Amino acid sequence: MGNNGSPAAGKPAAKRQFRIWRGDETGGDLQDYMVEVNEGEVVLDVIHRLQATDAPDLACRWNCKAGKCGSCSMEINGKPRLSCMTRMSTFEEGETVTVTPLRTFPVIRDLVTDVSFNYEKARETPAFAPPPGVAPGDYRMQQVDVERSQEFRKCIECFLCQNVCHVIRDHEENKQSFSGPRFFIRAAELDMHPLDAKTDRKEYAQAEQGLGYCNITKCCTEVCPEHIKITDNGIIPMKERVVDRRYDPLVWLGSKIFRRGDTPQSTASSAGKESVVHSGARQAGVHSHAGGSHDPAAEVQAQKGVNWHREVPHPTAPAVDASGKLPLTELTFDRAAAPSPFGDDVTFPLPPEHLNFAHPSQDEKH
Amino acid sequence: MTNTTRIERHHYDVVVIGAGGAGLRAAIEARLAGKKTAIISKSLFGKAHTVMAEGGAAAAMGNVNSRDNWQVHFRDTMRGGKFLNNFRMAELHAKESPQRIWELETYGALFDRTKDGKISQRNFGGHEYPRLAHVGDRTGLELIRTLQQKIVSLQQEDKRDHGSYEARIKVFAETTITELLLDGDRVAGAFGYYRESGEFVLFEAPAVVLATGGVGRSYKVTSNSWEYTGDGHALALRAGATLINMEFLQFHPTGMVWPPSVKGILVTESVRGDGGVLKNSDGKRFMFDYVPDVFRKQYADNEAEADRWYSDPDNNRRPPELLPRDEVARAINSEVKAGRGTPAGGVYLDIASRLPAEEIRRRLPSMYHQFKELADVDITKEPMEVGPTCHYVMGGVEVDPDSGAAYGTVQGLFAAGEVSGGMHGSNRLGGNSLSDLLVFGKRAGGHAASYTDQLTARPKVSVGAVETAVETALAPLQRDTGENPYSLQQDLQAVMGDLVGIIRREGELVDALSRLAELRERVAKVSASGGRRYNPGWHLALDLRNMLVVSECTAKAALERQESRGGHTREDFPTMDPKWRRVNLVCALDGDTVRLTHKPLPRIRPELINLFDRAELAKYLTDEELAEFDALAADAHAEKER
Ligand SMILES: Cc1cc2nc3c(=O)[nH]c(=O)nc-3n(C[C@H](O)[C@H](O)[C@H](O)COP(=O)(O)OP(=O)(O)OC[C@H]3O[C@@H](n4cnc5c(N)ncnc54)[C@H](O)[C@@H]3O)c2cc1C
Ligand code: SF4
Ligand code: SF4
Ligand code: FES
Repeated sequence: MGNNGSPAAGKPAAKRQFRIWRGDETGGDLQDYMVEVNEGEVVLDVIHRLQATDAPDLACRWNCKAGKCGSCSMEINGKPRLSCMTRMSTFEEGETVTVTPLRTFPVIRDLVTDVSFNYEKARETPAFAPPPGVAPGDYRMQQVDVERSQEFRKCIECFLCQNVCHVIRDHEENKQSFSGPRFFIRAAELDMHPLDAKTDRKEYAQAEQGLGYCNITKCCTEVCPEHIKITDNGIIPMKERVVDRRYDPLVWLGSKIFRRGDTPQSTASSAGKESVVHSGARQAGVHSHAGGSHDPAAEVQAQKGVNWHREVPHPTAPAVDASGKLPLTELTFDRAAAPSPFGDDVTFPLPPEHLNFAHPSQDEKH
Repeated sequence: MTNTTRIERHHYDVVVIGAGGAGLRAAIEARLAGKKTAIISKSLFGKAHTVMAEGGAAAAMGNVNSRDNWQVHFRDTMRGGKFLNNFRMAELHAKESPQRIWELETYGALFDRTKDGKISQRNFGGHEYPRLAHVGDRTGLELIRTLQQKIVSLQQEDKRDHGSYEARIKVFAETTITELLLDGDRVAGAFGYYRESGEFVLFEAPAVVLATGGVGRSYKVTSNSWEYTGDGHALALRAGATLINMEFLQFHPTGMVWPPSVKGILVTESVRGDGGVLKNSDGKRFMFDYVPDVFRKQYADNEAEADRWYSDPDNNRRPPELLPRDEVARAINSEVKAGRGTPAGGVYLDIASRLPAEEIRRRLPSMYHQFKELADVDITKEPMEVGPTCHYVMGGVEVDPDSGAAYGTVQGLFAAGEVSGGMHGSNRLGGNSLSDLLVFGKRAGGHAASYTDQLTARPKVSVGAVETAVETALAPLQRDTGENPYSLQQDLQAVMGDLVGIIRREGELVDALSRLAELRERVAKVSASGGRRYNPGWHLALDLRNMLVVSECTAKAALERQESRGGHTREDFPTMDPKWRRVNLVCALDGDTVRLTHKPLPRIRPELINLFDRAELAKYLTDEELAEFDALAADAHAEKER
């Protein structure tokens, strides 16, 4: 078979050195493992072998193992990659392979990060607007016209581009106003959709998604496993044609200043040094699950039941349907008011040992 | 005592378990019907199995060949399933899938186009005309992304109208349901945990739609991901629903066989639809030797005719590489067994010598990448090595064909997509799954919504049931003497792969059942180390009991069915037996044990059976049924004369 050039070709399993970041939002470190590696394997195979042997609780995401779902993103020797598409034969024989979680997103545990940022941005991006008056089945488009958008629809939402973009990689404060390359190409895709009825996609990208922050370093294009030309085919055409240029000094400065290679630093490789991977200090002010209890037993007990991470939903006005009436959904409920979030079978007051709250001064009393 | 007051609770009208094509389509429908809907998924949003589907979605739109219509699609589906399909499901599917595909365009989907700007359609095994709407070879991605984006657009409407994105539809990603909760026979809710934190969560809802996909993880060589542990099948069984056709598993003929770590990963059938041919190690195009009698009329017996078909399908018979999957998988199996396989134990799939390199890269971009990056093979220059891989389960929850409501004792439970059974009979045609998801996802979501409307009282979740669910879920973490879940999974995969694989024998199946019984004891004592936060070992430990009960169903039904049909091949009963065509094997849970019963198939309606000619039916039906058919035909004739 065609794996010539692989140093492991034809050889039986060899032991290889891996360094994997283990920990959670309170901190963690790189741990060393010696793992068996067989011919033709990818990094994800090795992680699976570790789970089955030395580290059964090693957390990592994956689904398809074929580069189709975008779940297994991580940083391998500092480079953002899909672990299921990173063959072991791409490393030198004695090379240590260092695997760390995506740096731009908060760690949940080990190699799993909280990527909800991306889903929030996805939800803010205005959806496809169907052309009025065209019935389903009557959509007519030419292949050449759909191909431009199709390139962007290849996106598997691995969020590697989001991870590598320097605007948010080390600047938490920009996350609010910057959607990132994944969502610039979503805007570009809709902009180029032959039948999309909304006409202000570019302007929206500029005014609401923070397109102006992008200085075309092209790091996103470089890491995209789907080889989508994020900058050349998505971002640059939008920047050039956006009507409202106020927000973007770059356009009139001329892109030549920021051509690839001239950029001050390459952000893609800065995580290679182990010292920069997550330290506990990054998450200053570690919260307590037990809501301020200083009693270790209460802490343990509380951890079992309540998740203080989860955002409490904002209060909302009752939903009404098209006719302005309360929707039928209310009718299926067996009482007029909202159900108790604690469950209707819970009576108050709760027994004191079930409470999460502990008075700050309780320690002093003991 | 387990403390249940701390468990996070949610109240919904409809809870959809599964965020693949079926689940998302069901959720859209329930939300459009005004119901407060939750979508629950083991993975992140948009990563469900549907994302991996490559080839396309079958719908008789007639864009490429105008002779195509729902009747032809219905016929192909029934033939593919060897007439064991639930005819009503096959009928609804054939009739409704074009609308469901067109609807996707209004959600923003961009399918490949024909010259006149319509949705392009491609050839696929078992489909008489080019019928699969596709986007290169990433159709599943387009489908799931489109549905995902439609849900976002509904959430944006809700935000505009009610101030919150999550007012009426909310996605709970990385959340696994471990138990359905009942109030008597009625569904009252679902219980599970957040993978991220290990916290438990309780959904109180009068209607639940199962859309959890398949069971392939019980096999080692599979195209399926870790999610496919048969959760929905097992949840349904435990809630009192029934499963049918569990003996029928589809082994896709072309999975990768090299390198070993990617063994099983799918090579899309479009490679063959676009001209790829199968060769053995002698370089012989062997499929001509394996055309079964029932298919002689539609499939070519020589290379010249087969090759002409690509350009002139109306006057030539199809190449045998495009036979239904069960036939091709068996053929490859026989070639390898006869010593004509490749070094890695497969056969060659050659597209390089059939199309120009440029064309291959355009039509099959993700296959080109997959081989380049995983196997270092350039498919525009070299042939691929392929072999059968466990791909799809035809069996599933027995449902009412029109509404998707589960049979058995339970009420308020619906199922759609791969987790439901009946639609595909003994073998699924490629492309019929994606359209199945849309057609029956919509139906299940809509009927779940109207079921809640006619309820007079809301079923209540009992505290005791929640306590038991909590205890069951925590058990593996509290044991420290039991076995490691990973090795138990390997043992289960070994039993299923070796003894309940493509070719089955009575002795081996009996053996499999006793080994599964042993495994059951061991799984009951499984232990997981580590804590509750994102602990894959613990998650697998909980999935194991589902895999086990589903495997038992498969092994039992495979032992019972003494014939070979579609996705079930018995070496000791190598032919199809018309008597067995009239029987569905139904699995139910009796306490802890799987009970198997025979149930007659519904009788096909006259106007549908008349779509076939007698000679073809004679290959499938018993003499008795044929006599009925003749009587029908005589009646119809007399009717015309009058
Ligand atoms: C590689 C590959 C290629 C394929 N190609 C094609 C093709 O070309 N054409 C075609 O028609 N079909 C194809 N298929 C088949 C088709 O993709 C699947 O049958 C189909 O996608 C199943 O969809 P679904 O909606 O039923 O389930 P899925 O998309 O698998 O979704 C299941 C969902 O249920 C969730 N879930 C499962 N258990 C639980 C639980 N306990 N708690 C909470 N959530 C749970 C999962 O997280 C997931 O979100 C292919 C399959 C594979 C594997
Ligand atoms: S080009 Fe650079 S700055 Fe712009 S989106 Fe891509 S990574 Fe970010
Ligand atoms: S654009 Fe490319 S890198 Fe970014 S999320 Fe999509 S597939 Fe990943
Ligand atoms: S596991 Fe799906 S992309 Fe790697």
